[in-house]
Amino acid sequence: MIYEGKKRIWSDYQKEIPDDHWFFARSCIRQNFNPGAENTMLDIVRNKLGKDFYETKYHTTCGGIAYHSDVIPQETAMTIIARHFALMTEAGYKNMVVSCVTSFGLYSEILETWKEFPELKAKIQQNLWDACRKEFDTPEYLAHSSDIMYKYRYPMSEQAKYPLTNVHTGKPIRVVEHIGCHYAKMFPSKGVGGAEYPYVLSGLAEAFGGEIVDYPERRHCCGFGFRQYLVKANRGYSLSNTYKKFESMEPYKPDVIITNCPGCNYFLDRWQYVLSETNGKVYGENGYGIPVLSSEELAALVMGYDPWTIGLQMHQVAVEPLLDKMGIKYDPAKKYEGANGKQLPKPQAPTLLKCY
Amino acid sequence: MNNRNVVIIGGGPCGIEAAKTLAKLGHTAFLIEKEPHLGGHLAKWDRLFPYGQKADEVLNKITSGLENVKWFVDTQVTSINRIDKSYNVILGNGMSILADAVLLTTGFSLFPAEKKEEYGYGIYDRVITNADLEHYFAEGNDHRIQYPKKIGFVHCVGSRDEKAGNRQCSKVCCATAVKQACEIKEKFPNSTVYCFYMDLRMFGRNYEDMYLEAQKKYGIIFVRGRVSEVSEKQDGTLLIKAEDTLSGKPLRVSLDLLVLMAGMVQNSDTAKFAQMLSLNIPEDGFFQSKNYFTAPGVSSKKGVFYAGACTGPKTLPEAIAEGKSVALTIDEYLL
Repeated sequence: MIYEGKKRIWSDYQKEIPDDHWFFARSCIRQNFNPGAENTMLDIVRNKLGKDFYETKYHTTCGGIAYHSDVIPQETAMTIIARHFALMTEAGYKNMVVSCVTSFGLYSEILETWKEFPELKAKIQQNLWDACRKEFDTPEYLAHSSDIMYKYRYPMSEQAKYPLTNVHTGKPIRVVEHIGCHYAKMFPSKGVGGAEYPYVLSGLAEAFGGEIVDYPERRHCCGFGFRQYLVKANRGYSLSNTYKKFESMEPYKPDVIITNCPGCNYFLDRWQYVLSETNGKVYGENGYGIPVLSSEELAALVMGYDPWTIGLQMHQVAVEPLLDKMGIKYDPAKKYEGANGKQLPKPQAPTLLKCY
Repeated sequence: MNNRNVVIIGGGPCGIEAAKTLAKLGHTAFLIEKEPHLGGHLAKWDRLFPYGQKADEVLNKITSGLENVKWFVDTQVTSINRIDKSYNVILGNGMSILADAVLLTTGFSLFPAEKKEEYGYGIYDRVITNADLEHYFAEGNDHRIQYPKKIGFVHCVGSRDEKAGNRQCSKVCCATAVKQACEIKEKFPNSTVYCFYMDLRMFGRNYEDMYLEAQKKYGIIFVRGRVSEVSEKQDGTLLIKAEDTLSGKPLRVSLDLLVLMAGMVQNSDTAKFAQMLSLNIPEDGFFQSKNYFTAPGVSSKKGVFYAGACTGPKTLPEAIAEGKSVALTIDEYLL
């Protein structure tokens, strides 16, 4: 591996990400899978870094999952997203950051389509006006939330309480970075570092002191693949993709997987349980799985947030082995404590995959 | 005899041949080469298809008889200005030539293989190009080539590739890949050699024979399908993903060495000379002849001529023949 070669490619795909004043669009699936991730990101940028991030309760799903599953046509997705642009316009913002990689890909696809086919944009403008009497400007800058984490990686690392170092060995934490397909594979120039060797998560992990693991199936799909999973008969195909990735990364003994996509995060996490039940194999050390975190969750851990406050108990694979390696202090008794102090029921343990 | 000054820009085989012919016709030929030596890409090649002739033998033959040519290496053209019917060509060495005709034989550049990021050139140690392999054959050393047991060739790297911005076929890569596959098999007889191709364009005399010999004598495995991506494994070997379009199946193979057949693209100086001479260049970046059939060496500007691969991918014999041919065209123009 020639690291200088990667740096040359990364230098070709750098984005000028604005520093402040963002309209924030949440992810519909992420709020259900890992609801703490978005709140944590907003807390970091607003309260730790003092940035202006605005959100509105009137924001809805972008329709991306329905669009990529062929349930709704493109014009419907365009009109939904045009409404989001209208909400941004009404709020007086010009920079938009979306929390979901599929949203980011779809927003990018729509903006590029409108550049090529302005008559289609005019039709959507009319659709939106007919539907809800709203008008919109397109964003001057569109970013994904992982771009924001990348942008602020050094200010965040200055506040690091637990850098990515294995406190037992003194060596860097070994990080597998997994980039959602819709981040840069459609438009390489819109991703930090491009599509083949993305830097957006590598740069973040490096800034925190971690070591990136490059393995043969790094580029491979996480296994979600929309219709691979959403069509029930295809789920074996979904699982086999995930299996391929874990078999490929296993020899490198990663300590953690970080992703920038809600779907990837979910499937790389949950399918470890299914693989353990179906194949009788666990890919992490000592019978545990490999923890899977979003970029925001990783940043929060590094900055000293309590793992249960940021919702890491919502992950299938136990995060405690990673917390122990990083030397993070946590109270095991609080893992399943509800917001009002009420003890929540403890999930049933899998057959093979060890949990705390 | 009407002795005139002709400046030939580009000292590859085509430019050399044109300069020698113009000198024989009684003109003063100024041959300008930016590199430290004449010969262009030929000077960097080891053997030539289809007969395996040594490149330096061919180059020596071409460069003999340059006594009557005023040639300059390591010399850039800094400007060209029209003065009446002539062109004032100013060189980087401070020299100024009032030329009655200017011939562009600027040739081609090899497609920068690192642009096909998915193949990992410049990222993975064991990914090399056709030019690197020729250098290895000529010099005998390359730290990336250590007794490889499984070797792959990827055809059409940066050719016939809309995404790379090059729709044209580079014409010589198929034959070069087959030649190099046989050569490396000779070098490492116990190796397994794969060629991943879209089409095999073995159009010239004896090219097809070379291809058949590659299969029968050398046992080269030809796979019709493009490589989709290359990754590096923990032991430094390469994992190749490709599609075998004949069997309709995806293919994964581990290799010790991957050779990318970088195609021909317009010379990196084409735009510079187009600007100096106010020449229009089409979308593909190559110079455009006035008429493909009847005036292949004539540009849209009076007194400016083209020959060789600056008007599109050419084989070496074609480039040499065009050099000779355009000399006659220029001679007729100068009468």
